[in-house]
Amino acid sequence: MNINKFTRSACFPLLSIITAIILWQLIAVYVVNNRFILPSFTDVIRAFLDLCISGTIFQDFVVSMVHFFIGLGLSLLIGIPFGVLMGWFPCVNRFFDPLIEIIRPIPPLAWIPFAIVWFGLTDLAAGFVIFIGSVFPILINTYEGFRNVPKIFVEAGKMLGCTNSLKLIRYIAFPSALPHLVSGFRVACGVAWMCLVAAEMFGVSNFGLGQKIWWYYNLHQMDNVMVYMLVLGFVGLIIDFIFRLGIKRTLLKWREGEVN
Amino acid sequence: MGVLEISHISRVFQKGDDEEVVALSDIVLSIADDEFVSFVGPSGCGKTTLLRIIAGLDKATSGTVILDGEVISDPGQRVGMVFQEYSLFPWRNILDNVGFGLEMRGMEKEERLKVVRRYISLVGLSQFEKSYPYELSGGMRQRVAIARALATDPDLLLMDEPFGALDAQTRNHMQCELLDIWETKKKTILFVTHSCDEAVFLSDRVVVLSSRPGRIRKIIQIPLSRPRDRTQKEFIDLRRNILEMIEEDEQDKERIKCNSGN
Repeated sequence: MNINKFTRSACFPLLSIITAIILWQLIAVYVVNNRFILPSFTDVIRAFLDLCISGTIFQDFVVSMVHFFIGLGLSLLIGIPFGVLMGWFPCVNRFFDPLIEIIRPIPPLAWIPFAIVWFGLTDLAAGFVIFIGSVFPILINTYEGFRNVPKIFVEAGKMLGCTNSLKLIRYIAFPSALPHLVSGFRVACGVAWMCLVAAEMFGVSNFGLGQKIWWYYNLHQMDNVMVYMLVLGFVGLIIDFIFRLGIKRTLLKWREGEVN
Repeated sequence: MGVLEISHISRVFQKGDDEEVVALSDIVLSIADDEFVSFVGPSGCGKTTLLRIIAGLDKATSGTVILDGEVISDPGQRVGMVFQEYSLFPWRNILDNVGFGLEMRGMEKEERLKVVRRYISLVGLSQFEKSYPYELSGGMRQRVAIARALATDPDLLLMDEPFGALDAQTRNHMQCELLDIWETKKKTILFVTHSCDEAVFLSDRVVVLSSRPGRIRKIIQIPLSRPRDRTQKEFIDLRRNILEMIEEDEQDKERIKCNSGN
């Protein structure tokens, strides 16, 4: 009875994290006993505090965020209009679909050499790699959303005076497709975050959370590498959390109860 | 005003390259202002197609539909439509659903809200104006759909089996509500249904269609005064009369012979 109650309480997930930290600390100190191969929890905390005091970690965070938002912003700016046009006008789809199907399978990281050649070692180069990674989930989900607008909504809209394509897209198709857009954006955020680390590691940038992982690896400071790894994980988690909380409570309020 | 002239409407659907299906053949019908006319017929007789042509959502192969002297060729606000399926915009609350047509017309928000609230109270849903469609029952949703179709004050209201998905009690109640609205708002209403009972209860005239090709088989005046009593002998006779006409038509189709009836 009491155990059942405890496993459902809010502190139960906390227990798993605490257990993992204790295990990590014990293994690092008593089994591995080598800071290079496995820095302990306390080593990582100490390294994190040092990095905070010196301030470099904040600079890296800001630079990474700049890359992230350049890439994702470009994806939204290009992916959504293209997705809308392709979903709404079949001829646009037939024209662009072959091109997209050829370019899409190229892994985003394969674009890194050209990103450097075209944009140099700038924030834009990192942003470009992130853009390549995140534009397709946005484009394809927008397209799917617009292609699957229920016919009855379009007809009801027409009967009520929403007669030209521009109005139909704005008042009927866009809100109806919004759940698709949102899930596309969420997938894009995940892909963008992965591309960010890779782009920064390959020297596209001189700062950034990903770049510093490689930098400290070369200095053999594995405790600092671990700090940056965890920061990347936490920032990714927070981005997803803000996104879920923000969008589902406001834009998609009308879907409560419709799904789960 | 809402005087409708349906003249020689035919609709042929192209099936494959050389096969053609005639859904409607030479439909001629005049409907007076403020008249309530129902269309009944066996399934597949083209009653929904006819309604969609009148709405402007489908194009007739030949013939014209004229509303108050003007040909209907595209959907628009002169004609209101209540669909069979659930057609409310799920992303808009009740206020914004009912106000959609007026918003498209560019009416100021405050003025719009005044009109919208009047129509929402007409269908008795004032305390739900901030709710989203998923929070309402089937009957309430169709009430909102009626309010939405009426809010732009169309000359003609088309209803395609609007109560088809409702349970029997709700359905009977909605029929009475619809008649009340019709009395107060004075509209020409064209109502498609598969229920003879519903058609006789509601209409001034019932148009019976035959199937494939869909033609007008008979137009029946309902001389009973309102409110009508479903158990009254004349009511039952009219209903049986219409039902028999439809059944005759259905017998041509391949069907299993039942001992307990047709």
